[in-house]
Amino acid sequence: MGDFDFQVIINSLPFLWQGLQLSLWLTFLAIIGGLAFGTLLALARLSGIRTLAFVAAGYVNLIRSIPLILVIFWFYFLVPLALGRPVGGFQSALIAFVMFEAAYYSEIMRAGIQSVRKGQVHAGQASGLGYWQIQRYIVLPQAFRNMIPILVTQGIILFQDTSLVFVVSLRDFMTASSIVARTEGRLVEMYLFAALVYFVICFAGSMLVRYLKGRMAT
Amino acid sequence: MIEIKNISKWYGAFQVLDNCSSSVSKGEVVVVCGPSGSGKSTLIKCVNGLEPVNQGNITVDGQEVTAKNTNLTKLRSRIGMVFQHFELYPHMSVLENLCLAQEKVLKRSREEAVSRAEALIERVGLSEHIGKFPSQLSGGQQQRVAIARSLAMDPIAMLFDEPTSALDPEMINEVLDVMVELAKEGMTMMVVTHEMGFAKKVADRVVFMDEGRIVEDRPTDDFFGNPESERARDFLSKILNH
Repeated sequence: MGDFDFQVIINSLPFLWQGLQLSLWLTFLAIIGGLAFGTLLALARLSGIRTLAFVAAGYVNLIRSIPLILVIFWFYFLVPLALGRPVGGFQSALIAFVMFEAAYYSEIMRAGIQSVRKGQVHAGQASGLGYWQIQRYIVLPQAFRNMIPILVTQGIILFQDTSLVFVVSLRDFMTASSIVARTEGRLVEMYLFAALVYFVICFAGSMLVRYLKGRMAT
Repeated sequence: MIEIKNISKWYGAFQVLDNCSSSVSKGEVVVVCGPSGSGKSTLIKCVNGLEPVNQGNITVDGQEVTAKNTNLTKLRSRIGMVFQHFELYPHMSVLENLCLAQEKVLKRSREEAVSRAEALIERVGLSEHIGKFPSQLSGGQQQRVAIARSLAMDPIAMLFDEPTSALDPEMINEVLDVMVELAKEGMTMMVVTHEMGFAKKVADRVVFMDEGRIVEDRPTDDFFGNPESERARDFLSKILNH
């Protein structure tokens, strides 16, 4: 390890930072989209309307039985076919992540919605609020709050999973690190550094989860 | 005001309500009592359609709760309901608890909703707590907020589902005082409770239930002075002897 070269890392920081921005941006958008679509799936499963619940359950179970990398591939080839025009790698990857994460978020939100006491719904109904008003103002805010630690944990997993976008030639943080590692012939340095960055970000996330859990317990 | 006609209800094979009929006239206070599991909470939840019935029908202010074409949401907004476990919205302040349905259902302006909320919170004696969250209040205070929340909708009748059963004994009276005052002002009330002191003081009639059936439905003095059924006598002796 005597010839460990820090300079190669420092020199490539701007390039790596671009990759990291893509990873973080993709994570952020996929969380928002996945949460929104996942919440709708959860509501569908709990709606009591059998066809709707069946379709939503089918979707969730299908997606959860398929490797993420395959879903990314799929959308890369399917979305342009459906739209009739090519879309960028980022857009197709984002759609794939949203569709994929929604399946997981829907299960989390389903548990969250079920954690809200039935009496809360009754109170809303008794005051004349409609179904969507009850969900929006009473049930979902509480469900979301109860589930924040698990939602953040899922977000951490999602962040790690964004490293798979290399398959559609997107230059995320992991891909950027690989490029530097190979072109500079500094595999040890770059892959150690990449691991360190992922560790710091994800560990900070885990600490956040711990903090949130502690706050909720009081 | 409230007409309950021959309603029956099953949970699977278990019959919770068996051919129940009763009524509450405008301005009347009716107390529903009976041993636990007798179906009284289920009965009161049928009145505003929170629980569907399998047979029979219920009308409130001339509108049939049990009919398919009734706008149940609209009808419910005119009937207040107070729950055993308060059911205040824990993520909202007292003020927001009172404003939500006023703004979203009655479409009142923010100023209108706030001033109505402030007046009602003052009425239940909690003005200094209006900015607090439910978890910062005692059970008795929470239930008074819940009553104020229902009143904010200017209901034509109020339903109470065991409003004091979840309270510590020293907090029961502060809630009953608010209810007595309400009764004296002429509010139409249907109250499921074990508080026989409250019943004697303000109820016009007492409905006694057992095993899903209405066993007695009589003027308050008759019920306490001379209960007809063995079950009612037995029930009264159990809860009045201590």
